[in-house]
Amino acid sequence: MVPRLVDLMDISFSLNGNPVSLRDVSPTTTLLDWLRDAQHLTGTKEGCNEGDCGACTVMITDADGSRALNGCILFLPQVSGKHVTTVEGLAAPDATLHPAQQAMIDHHGSQCGFCTPGFVVTMAAAHLNGATDHDVQLAGNLCRCTGYAPIIRAAEAAASRPAPPHLLHLSTTPPGESPLATGAEPPNGTTAHQPDSADKLAQRYAAHPDATLIAGATDVGLWVTKQHRDLGHVIFLNKCTDLRGIKESDSAFRIGAMTTLAQVETALGPHFPSLGAMIRRYGSVQVRNAATIGGNIANGSPIGDSPPALIALGATLHLRHGDTRRDMPLEDFFIAYGKQDRQPGEFVEAVSVPKQPDRLRCYKLSKRFDQDISAVCGCLFITVEGDQVTAARLAYGGMAGTPKRAARAEQAMIGQPFTQATIEGAMQAMAQDFEPLSDMRASAAYRLKTAQNMLLRYLHDMRGTAVNVQEVTL
Amino acid sequence: MNVAKPLPHDAARLHVTGAARYTDDIPTPPGTLHLAFGTSPVAAGTIKTMNLEPAKSAPGVIAVLTADDLPHDCDVSPSAHDEPLLAEGTVHHAGQPVFLVIATSHLAARYAATLGDVQIDETRPILTIEDALAADSRFEEGPRVYQKGDAAKALDGAAQRLDGSITMGGQEHFYLEGQAALALPQEDGDMVVQSSTQHPTEIQHKVAHAIGRPMHAVRVETRRMGGGFGGKESQGNALAVACAVAASLTGKPCKMRYDRDDDFIITGKRHDFRIEYDVGFDTRGRITALDFTQYARCGWAQDLSLPVADRAMLHADNAYHLDNIRITSHRLRTNTQSATAFRGFGGPQGVLGIERVMDHIAQHLGLDPLEVRRVNYYADRISDAPAATPDAPAAIPDADTNSAARGSGKIPSDPPDLAQTDAQTTPYHQPVTDCIINALTQRLAHSADYANRRRAIAEWNAANPVLKRGIALTPVKFGISFTLTHLNQAGALVHVYQDGSIHMNHGGTEMGQGLFLKVAQVAADRFGVPLETVKITATDTAKVPNTSATAASSGSDLNGMAVQNACDEIRKRIEDHLAERYQTREITFADGMVQVGREEITFAQAATAAYEARISLSATGFYKTPDIQWDRIAGKGRPFFYFAYGAACTEVVIDTLTGENRILRADILHDAGHSLNPAIDTGQIEGGYVQGAGWLTTEELVWDDKGVLKTHAPSTYKIPACSDRPDVFNVALWDQSNPAQTVYRSKAVGEPPFMLGISAFMALSDAIAACGPAYGDLQAPATPEAVLNAVERTRA
Repeated sequence: MVPRLVDLMDISFSLNGNPVSLRDVSPTTTLLDWLRDAQHLTGTKEGCNEGDCGACTVMITDADGSRALNGCILFLPQVSGKHVTTVEGLAAPDATLHPAQQAMIDHHGSQCGFCTPGFVVTMAAAHLNGATDHDVQLAGNLCRCTGYAPIIRAAEAAASRPAPPHLLHLSTTPPGESPLATGAEPPNGTTAHQPDSADKLAQRYAAHPDATLIAGATDVGLWVTKQHRDLGHVIFLNKCTDLRGIKESDSAFRIGAMTTLAQVETALGPHFPSLGAMIRRYGSVQVRNAATIGGNIANGSPIGDSPPALIALGATLHLRHGDTRRDMPLEDFFIAYGKQDRQPGEFVEAVSVPKQPDRLRCYKLSKRFDQDISAVCGCLFITVEGDQVTAARLAYGGMAGTPKRAARAEQAMIGQPFTQATIEGAMQAMAQDFEPLSDMRASAAYRLKTAQNMLLRYLHDMRGTAVNVQEVTL
Repeated sequence: MNVAKPLPHDAARLHVTGAARYTDDIPTPPGTLHLAFGTSPVAAGTIKTMNLEPAKSAPGVIAVLTADDLPHDCDVSPSAHDEPLLAEGTVHHAGQPVFLVIATSHLAARYAATLGDVQIDETRPILTIEDALAADSRFEEGPRVYQKGDAAKALDGAAQRLDGSITMGGQEHFYLEGQAALALPQEDGDMVVQSSTQHPTEIQHKVAHAIGRPMHAVRVETRRMGGGFGGKESQGNALAVACAVAASLTGKPCKMRYDRDDDFIITGKRHDFRIEYDVGFDTRGRITALDFTQYARCGWAQDLSLPVADRAMLHADNAYHLDNIRITSHRLRTNTQSATAFRGFGGPQGVLGIERVMDHIAQHLGLDPLEVRRVNYYADRISDAPAATPDAPAAIPDADTNSAARGSGKIPSDPPDLAQTDAQTTPYHQPVTDCIINALTQRLAHSADYANRRRAIAEWNAANPVLKRGIALTPVKFGISFTLTHLNQAGALVHVYQDGSIHMNHGGTEMGQGLFLKVAQVAADRFGVPLETVKITATDTAKVPNTSATAASSGSDLNGMAVQNACDEIRKRIEDHLAERYQTREITFADGMVQVGREEITFAQAATAAYEARISLSATGFYKTPDIQWDRIAGKGRPFFYFAYGAACTEVVIDTLTGENRILRADILHDAGHSLNPAIDTGQIEGGYVQGAGWLTTEELVWDDKGVLKTHAPSTYKIPACSDRPDVFNVALWDQSNPAQTVYRSKAVGEPPFMLGISAFMALSDAIAACGPAYGDLQAPATPEAVLNAVERTRA
């Protein structure tokens, strides 16, 4: 970016096994631009510049392991202290191809070849992790030529081959460390920070409430790559390891704000399978490896998928400003479109989900099954005791300017028998709950109709009727 | 033997290691400048003022140009000279380039392009088909009409009659590599251009005009594209011209690539259509009369819209013999991106129109749609081969097993198969003499177990209240040749070096379809050498001049023959030399060796010997498609050298509460003739099917009521992802040789498989039919919303 956005930073990491130390880089330089322009490593491609096509996929490795990420919306400070492996670094030093590369040749997995580097890097990361759910692993890599069949054949063929030693050792090899990675305080007056604890973040953000917080950058990245926005003062959160992770108590799961969606899926999926299934459709592997639960809540999008699910589960939001903390039911955080109950300098520290018997069903509706923003995301939690509905939390995304509960529909069913007649009454009541918009994803009428129909689907679902096209097999 | 082998793509190793170079990957000289367009935010109006100072003073900006600053006529249209590089006073669509930023980096140029303040007096844009008809806003003087028989009279006398209409959306190409070009100024005002284009000669032609030089001053090179699909047939012109003009003005190399959002809002897409039909038929569903009206939204400039709309008319019959048919085509001019070539080039729209008619008739009569299709099929060609059975295709005619015939390269002007005079004719009066669709359908219906699955689906649907399944088997017949007859020519340049290595060049471009490999297989085969002996080189206007776009599925047919002819010329010279030297005509080329009488020498030795005897080892090759002639105004003639055939059977499931849907299984049998490379051809078929299914399901272009494209990135425009491919995906090649004398009797395979995806749409319609008694009238694309709307219509 030519316009000077923020102060320059020093960072270091390893690139394809070689240590790299950079001085005075603009902190909003993307890894992709740096690879292609500064390093002339042009194997990593720009396909969309917004994290949707996967042509820019790189593998990032640290002590937590290896994972695929979109290089086009990954800022250089986010990789500080980590290993970066690009397509050029997959083959062994003796030029023996990675099993995924060889299989892609053998199975005719490339045609035009432009998406291919991204595919093989995603495949290599999945291969290292032993992941064989190829459709899920590759949902974030678009190919326009092959129809995917030969790529899946290649992924299946590569799965049984051993991982190359030079990649296996990465997660146990320390990469270079940057001065900032050690938590050293940057010089006074600088407007780019990378605190290494929640306390330091709280202090820094309270002092600079105008700063932009950057967590996974799956949204903020586009402010830079698409909107050319001057972010001004930025604070990177990726070193705040105490904000990452899920603590389980007797009564709740407390999810740190910097916990990635991938980690949420792993931790909560077994308890709430429908939530896990929905998160598997949240972005793609590359996006879920970057995107954080705190970011998905704090940016206040009416179509973020985690808030409706968390609201349906009765989640509590934990906010922090300096040393002051406050809690609120998550739905109260969303006031209006673009407006949340968050004070300047205050940030999302965590969100808690109460443990409870699982009655959650998440119905994500979009034009494409994988990696698509919801037209409607209905997350329904209806408690039935005997045959009476005793409680209902019907939370929707895409139906209003915020994630929102269908209060009238809830009232229409509480105290009523859990029957089709009750559900139909609630469906009618829902017409008073929402006035959705028409846009490129769906019309208002369709949104309301399907939001209503999701109640009917829930009833069928609970009665064991097949309602999910994904579960039909031949 | 190299031909017919399933060899991997020649660049596969480069692809998987990231070493394959695309235009944006080419190392640029120091000082290279970068360009970006500032675009119109509104769809129609007159430019009042432009304050470009903020852009000019932005960091890294060298210059900002408007139309007034261009030294020569900078038209970038491939047809009607109606596309100025930069808007000249008026703007015609939201996203039209208005000014050009020249800067020191790509990001600096893009940033500055957002800073221009362009004030436009907005006028009411013409956006919809209705808008355009009301304003009589169209290309050509009025609708084009092709007809055969008397549709009006036959409709009046029809036993049964239905009418209806189907809208079908456009389609963004979404080549993974966006448009890109690099211009390198040379001495004496010459220009070398690297372009991601399917049509280097067109780039050369437009650049030469724009810099005021003859074509000989411009050399265009294209090694590969990261996907094309028709989107790089004409849409690369603007970038190449901008780069060349900027390079001329600054004396510096200039590069331009579109950010994905710019690519969406600037470049053309597949034409969206509405097709209305009025059809008469009997109780078996046999069509006795059909009147189609096709409305194509062409966008603001003519581009390739006339031949696209023509091809839609030429495919209004698909695989069906129609005695009384009239097709009326309106080519409407709208204030949207100028719709352009896209795989199938109008064919898919025409085919979808009649497949919809078959579906409607079948549901109206309560018949299996496949039976209705079958009673309307063209008759299979008369062959002395045994008839097909469900288990085995008809025997392969022996022409392609005769190596003399394969090697001759001579094209009889009147192949016997094509001389039948009693054949059924298309609506444009071309006899259909190579039809195999009945036998092909029979074999696919058997291998896909169509009838049993159809019964099983009906039972399953009866037991499932929320989800419904559907199945459909649909055919494809696609005409092969450019309908602009003079484009059906190709050239090649082949050198044999004295060490026996071979340099091969032709006018075709590589966009992932494997053209270079297929043609190299031909070259290697002609000389009897291993494939590695043949060097595949970038398309270069200085090596082969006056080329046609790599389009119309013609790449292998045309360039393969041109290369074959060049190779055969050199081989003959070597043979003549060896014959004289060894006093024998018994000479064969095989396995890297040349057998001369009882002597055996290596091909390299033969090349060295010829060189030392002062034999020219370089030759050009040329090929033109025989036997075609076409009057596009009258709608009569033989526009196509032959037809390619195929069929697909798709099963889907839908959710009647939301319209969500999924492809469960697809079985495909496709006719690639005697395939030059079965692996490459299978890849085209699999990829074409998924792309075609995407067009008709998840891919939806949405403009707002001011004409601004709202789906301008992959976040909002959804091409199929990995899990959208069929769970079960069986693809087989018909693999009978082409009765027309094509290169090694192969058939073109680039576009035809795209239309196999129509079976997915028809399967959705079948599932919808299980929801209620009325016709669902499914519209395309069948997004979940469109499916749900259709489900509800069945209950009306």
